[in-house]
Formats: sequence, C-alpha cells, structure tokens
Amino acid sequence: MKGDRKYIILFLLPTVFLMSVFLYYPFFKSLYLSFFRTKGFFDKRFVGWDNYERLFTDKLIGEATLHTLEIMLYVIVFQVGIALVLAVMLDNISKLQSFYRTVFFFPVVISGTAISLLFVLFYNYNFGLLNTIITNLGFERVLWLSETNSLKAVAIPTVWHYVGFYLVLFLTAMSKIPSDYYEAAKLEGISGIQKTFKLTLPLILSDIKVVITLAITGTMKVFEFVWVISRGQNGTEVLGTYMYKKAIVDQNFGYGSTVAIYMVVFGVLLALLANRLLKSEEITY
Amino acid sequence: MQPIISSKTPIRRRKPVKFRLGSALIYMILTAWSLTTIYPLFWIVNNSFKVSKDVMNKSFALALDPVFINYTTAFDRINIGRSYMNSLIMSGSTVILVLILAGFAGYALSRFNFKGRRLIYSILYATLLIPAFATVVPVYEILIKTSLVNTYGGLIFPQTAGNLTFAILVIAGYMATIAKELEEAAFIDGCNRWQMLIKIFFPVSRPVFASVSIFVFLWSYNDLFSALIFVNKESVRPIVALLSEISSQYGTDFGLMATAVALTVIPVLIVYLFISKFIQKGLTEGAVKG
Repeated sequence: MKGDRKYIILFLLPTVFLMSVFLYYPFFKSLYLSFFRTKGFFDKRFVGWDNYERLFTDKLIGEATLHTLEIMLYVIVFQVGIALVLAVMLDNISKLQSFYRTVFFFPVVISGTAISLLFVLFYNYNFGLLNTIITNLGFERVLWLSETNSLKAVAIPTVWHYVGFYLVLFLTAMSKIPSDYYEAAKLEGISGIQKTFKLTLPLILSDIKVVITLAITGTMKVFEFVWVISRGQNGTEVLGTYMYKKAIVDQNFGYGSTVAIYMVVFGVLLALLANRLLKSEEITY
Repeated sequence: MQPIISSKTPIRRRKPVKFRLGSALIYMILTAWSLTTIYPLFWIVNNSFKVSKDVMNKSFALALDPVFINYTTAFDRINIGRSYMNSLIMSGSTVILVLILAGFAGYALSRFNFKGRRLIYSILYATLLIPAFATVVPVYEILIKTSLVNTYGGLIFPQTAGNLTFAILVIAGYMATIAKELEEAAFIDGCNRWQMLIKIFFPVSRPVFASVSIFVFLWSYNDLFSALIFVNKESVRPIVALLSEISSQYGTDFGLMATAVALTVIPVLIVYLFISKFIQKGLTEGAVKG
C-alpha cells in the first residue's frame, strides 16, 4: 500500500527505542563492563580477560554452577516427570478433568516469593509444619535447612511451583493427537498402559523436548526461592543469587557482569546441548 | 454437499463407565497431588487468623475464634496496602504499555512486507535468550542517571522492555492468521492503515491481547529480582519486595508472615478462579515462556 513505509516506522519506532535503551544497550554494556575492574559506576579500569580468569578460578562460582545443575536435574526429572505422569492420567479420565487442571495450575500464578515464604514456615526448626508433624508422630525434629539438606529443601518448592505449567502444555499436545489414531490402536487391541507408551508418548516427543528446553532455561533464572528461603547460605548458592550478591550487594559491577555473561553463555550452551541430545522429527498430523 | 465431520472436538470413545481399579488409582493420585496445592493454602489462611503463639504450637487447629491482629499489623505497621497499590500501579502500567507497543509492532511485523522483516524476527528470537541478569547493572546505571530509580518508572520501563519480545511474537503470530479479505474490504471502504489497525485489527485480536496481558501481569507482579534492585524503597516497593523484607525483618512473627502470604495469594486466587480457563487457553495459543 502507498505510504506504508511511514506507518512501519511509526509503529516500530517506540518499541525499538524502548528495547534499545533497556535491553540491547544494557546487554552490550554488560559485555563491555565484564572487561573492566570497577569501583562504583564512575571509576573503572580496563583489565582485559582478568575477570574471566578470575571466573574460572572462582571456587564459589563452580559451586553455584553445580548447585544450579543439581536443581536443574531435579526440575527435569521431577517437575517434567510429574507433569507428564499427571498429564497422562488426566488424559485418561473422563470426570473432573477441568477441576484438576485448575487446581494443578494454580501454583503457577502465585509469586515464587510468596511460595518461598510459605516454605520458610514449613521448614522452621522449632515451629514449622513439617517438624510439628514429625514430633506428633514421635520422631526427633529434623534440621531441614542444614548443609546437606538445604539445596533439596529449596528444590522442592521450585519443582512444585511449575508442574502445572508443563502439565497444561502436555495436555494440549495430547489433545492434538487425532482420535482415529486411538481408534486404530483399539482395533489392534492396544489399550491402557501400552497405548500410553506406544502411542501417546512417542507422538508428543517434540513437545517433551520443548518443555525440557524451557525447564533448562527456566532453571538458569532461579532466584527468589533461594533468596527468600536461605539467602544462598548452607550450600544453596545458585548462579542467580551469586550474580546478585556480586553485582548488587558488593557493587562489583565489572565482575558481576562477567558472571551474568557466563550465565547467558552457559544457558545457551545447555539448551543447544539438550536440543542436540533430544533430536527428533517433527510430527504433523 | 459434503458430510461435515467435526474436527474441532475430538471425542475419544471410551469404555462405558464402569468401576475399574486402574481409574480408581488414577483418581487417588490426582487427588493426592491436588491436596499438595489446596492444603498449604488452607493452612496459611487458617494460620493467618491466629496469634503467633498459636501458629507455633497449634498450627493444625482450626482458627474457630479468629483474631485479626495480624491483619491490623500488616496494614498499620508494615503498610502492606501501600505495597499492594504500588504493585497494581506498576504491573498495570507495564501491561498497558506492553499491549500498546506490542500491538503496533506486532501489526507492522505481521501485515506489512518490507525489507528487514526476517532480520527483525531473528533478532526477536535471539532476544528471548537474554535474561534480566545480563542487563541489570547497566539498566540500574541508566535509572540512577535519569533519577528513575525508586520511582514507578524505574520498574515499568525495564519490565516493559523485558516483556515486549514475548508479547510481539505472540501478537504478531495471531494477527498473521487474520483473513486478508477483511483487510481488503476495509481498504475498499477507504480505511487507511491507522484506521484499519484501530477499527479492525485491535478488536479482532482481543483474545490474544487478553492472554498476553495476563501473562505479562503475572511475570511483572511476581518479579522479585528487578523489584529488589530498581524499586526497593518503602514508598514504592511492590508486594514481592515487601515479602522478601518480611522474611528477613519479621522472621519470628509467624502470624504476620502467614498473613502476608495469605494477603498476597488470596486476591490472585479469586481472580484466577474467574479467568483460569482463559489463562490455560492463552498458554496453549503459543504463549510460552520459561
């Protein structure tokens, strides 16, 4: 249409402006800052690869990486796993389906911060919900947030929070499978669990792949659960909280940026790796 | 005429309803999992009506004799009402700004053919890989220099920028499916591009605007990381930042903590019950973000 150019520019300009100022420029500035030693915002000195050398000898970041990977493992195995099992079950029942969907999805809409605070009340040594149950049953109190348990204690709400999200994605994928596939399977005498393993799961494999990628990139961003429940102490430091501590608490903008860039690169590499490992053909109906 | 086969509602044939051990087990497991969602919620609301001593000693007992002291503390001493307003203003503004900007941009990307369109799409997909961690320090610097830090704008602008990519991709995807005839008819009627957008594309795209606004609202409302850094002053801080503060400042006042959680969760729960169908539909329309 005549005069389209004017409209294209008009429509895109505000977005381009806002995203450049608050997203693209900051991203490249972070990359730039990662090569500087800083004192506040105004005093900085170029140090080449020094920050990256520090990164690779930093024991704390090694630990934070391992903790993040451990949570990622729990998320992939339990969050995606539970979501898949529940989705298969929901797909096989005829009553109350929408009730369960609504209930299961609910934690997704609550803020992670509120959930974390809830779990603080559960885990409390003297008066928490868990220890009350345990002492009522006649057992000794357990220190839930000890050196050895903390990371698992933080992983539980993390996993619980998003099960419903992946569940709905799986259910949607399953509802797209044409019903004649199931009819045919029925004629072949395939039913029950066999149907799930031979038909449903293979057909939604590409969705499982997407979900696992989402779970990986999502876990890289874990922050509030760790921050509220344990402040990253007792062996729960993850990359998100470590970056926050370096960049914001210590005001070490240079090294903090280096950690952030490391998180981006690490996250992208993991996602690519997962996609390579889970390679599967697209199925179209 | 061809026989019409409805492909919209795939009805799977099931065995006639009959009690089977398998499905009984399924219902039991599903109910058990739904209890993990429902019970903690009940527990926290129930305990918010008790004094701290009872929360500690009798956390399972029903609050048959409810006390409201925690609620008065929450509103008087830690000013939770203020944080509520802050959250609503900032997340609401973010949603509106995102919808307007992404509506324009999505329209331009989906209904115009121009050089560089593919490039813009590639850039947008790459943008999804940039987490808030990788922009926070320079954004903080910009906000300090422009004195936006600890003002509403200090959270609204970064969050808008952060959510735009997702919103543009989803809205453009939806607008691309709108029939070309509609556009042509409007053109013949003498609409220019601007009128076409306002009179046709925006109204037709209402469903996608609805689901985008729900997700943007949730992500903005629940974003602790940005809130802690950009707007952590008492007068402007949103509810999540206050919750984080409570956990460190009032960590021994269990009744107050329970109340703070209850006050955060209950309104969300009520709204959610009304629009849950909508949310899940939105999710399935491609509104996916980790």
